[in-house]
Amino acid sequence: MLGLSRKDTSFLLIVIFLTLATPLLLQPFPEDSALAQFNAGYPDLMQRFAIFGIFAIGFNILFGLTGYLSFGHAAFLGVGSYSAVWMFKLLTMNVIPALILAVIVSGLFALLIGYVSLRRSGIYFSILTLAFAQMMFALAYSVLTPITGGETGLQLSLNDPRILGVSQTPEGNIPVPHLFGLEMRDSVQWAVGGWEFTFNAGYYFCAVIAILVFYLSMRIFRSPFGMMLRAVKTNQTRMNYTGLNPRPYTLAAFVISGMYAGLAGGLMAAMDPLAGAERMQWTASGEVVLMTILGGAGTLMGPVLGAGFIKYFENIFSKINDNVLHAWFAFLPDGLEDVVVAIIHPFVGKGWHLTLGILFMLVVIFLPGGLVEGYRRLTRAFRRTPRPDPRRDPEHHPGPVPHVGE
Amino acid sequence: MGILEIKGVSKRFGGLKALDDVNISIAENSVHAIIGPNGAGKSTLLNVLVGKLVPDAGSVTFENQSLLGRKPYEINQLGVARVFQTPEIFGDLSVFENMLVPLFAHRDGTFRMHAYETIAAERDIVAAAEAMLDEVNMLEKRDMHAASLSRGDKRRLEMAMCLSQEPKLLLLDEPTAGMARADTNNTIDLLKQIRDKRDITMAIIEHDMHVVFSLAERVTVMAQGTPLVEDAPERIKGNPKVQEAYLGGHG
Repeated sequence: MLGLSRKDTSFLLIVIFLTLATPLLLQPFPEDSALAQFNAGYPDLMQRFAIFGIFAIGFNILFGLTGYLSFGHAAFLGVGSYSAVWMFKLLTMNVIPALILAVIVSGLFALLIGYVSLRRSGIYFSILTLAFAQMMFALAYSVLTPITGGETGLQLSLNDPRILGVSQTPEGNIPVPHLFGLEMRDSVQWAVGGWEFTFNAGYYFCAVIAILVFYLSMRIFRSPFGMMLRAVKTNQTRMNYTGLNPRPYTLAAFVISGMYAGLAGGLMAAMDPLAGAERMQWTASGEVVLMTILGGAGTLMGPVLGAGFIKYFENIFSKINDNVLHAWFAFLPDGLEDVVVAIIHPFVGKGWHLTLGILFMLVVIFLPGGLVEGYRRLTRAFRRTPRPDPRRDPEHHPGPVPHVGE
Repeated sequence: MGILEIKGVSKRFGGLKALDDVNISIAENSVHAIIGPNGAGKSTLLNVLVGKLVPDAGSVTFENQSLLGRKPYEINQLGVARVFQTPEIFGDLSVFENMLVPLFAHRDGTFRMHAYETIAAERDIVAAAEAMLDEVNMLEKRDMHAASLSRGDKRRLEMAMCLSQEPKLLLLDEPTAGMARADTNNTIDLLKQIRDKRDITMAIIEHDMHVVFSLAERVTVMAQGTPLVEDAPERIKGNPKVQEAYLGGHG
């Protein structure tokens, strides 16, 4: 179906189901239970899962397939956000033109930066992309202030021209982003028993786009083009002596992943119509690298998992403060309670980066293939014992390369 | 007029004359071996042929087109394939994917990018890849990780990848280097089979005299960057100049 093998089709269907059911799945604990703070089913966070998922899927097309490690991809995220906000200011609050402009502009930037950076490979390529991104970050803060809004960021105001819309609502407010009238901030609440679920228009808009671009990346992975990109990663010498110039392939991958980043940036602006230069900082570029490696570079699902994992940590783990810890360990004797809280304290709340760092190291050392490899090892361990299928005999019928799996 | 004409090629590296006025003509559909002691300039010559090095002087023409100034992939597109001393294959891809890459690349002789198709839908290419693997007896290893193949199998795969693009000239850089005797003999048989079945010219750079004398129709002996003698293999063996410069050392 849709140019996918049967296995991929069912995989895609599972992904679609999980994405659409996210508001339910991420809200497993009743509102009044002690564990409710681990619920992640609120619109803002779910939108971020989808948006950073898109960002990471795109990054993976470059890094996972070709092995070129870009340290400047947040620049395209920022460019996408600025473009989208400008579209809101000048044309209309409808998100579609904003997203189209975000993708086009970030694609052009990626073409330019990729054309220069891809003349080098390895660490030199990474440094070049980092330099470009920092340059854009610095420009956004200084000479480009008329376009970027400098330190305050680019915001909507009450006297924006907005040719196809209104500058102000009748009540005198700034209009909000919408999809042909459906406001991105609209939500439907659904309370069942102790649970409360929120279905947000913005999340579902992001989710549908995420599914579309996930399908696109699946097609790229399975296409001859995707195979060539993996060939670039493995052996550029043989590539050259196969009559292929690797450059157009790597540049195409770079531009595609830049456009994914621009789309993610545009969606960020569509959910919350402002853009700031901090989105382009190198830490943001590093974050998408972490997401991809943590989840499993070169796998389809890995980057999405990595993005969800890190964003969950950032938003949930960081909320655990000392009061919460004291409440958890209240059953312990007073002195012991303080000791336990003191030990855990550096790892939660503001210290969530520490926990994330440790987890990242553990994954890289023990699961070089990321979370996806962890999942594969688990399923293999469960599958091996019951029925030894002769075709699965690894010695005489080694499986296909475990590289572009799910 | 040969398919490949090397005329007056010289190349210096600082004070060292790696190639000094090299003239070699390789006839179409022949197997031509270039031998010589270490440092004779064989590898430098090969790198000039494939566009990795630009010579200081001289010309290299393939089917009357100059190869100088062309990039390796452009030279490959003209129909010159190269087999490396250490097999260069796509280690992270499966054996079958290794076959698909050159076939997709060469498709209709266009070397265009193929972004929209799915691999499975391209039945003709899949069939061609299977046929090619079958020809080198590797069909049953199609799903193996290419990096996990034995040295001999990597060599067979590399040759199959080259041949799938139907090159007119196949350059082989010490194709049996580092191989066990059995693998060497297998490779010789494979090369013979290729020579007999296809319209192809082969230029072999080789140390192993057993390989040279069982395959080559012409042999050029190089020493100190310049061709010493060119003759049929049986006459090369008896040539006193060759014995002195090269074979003499080995008895």
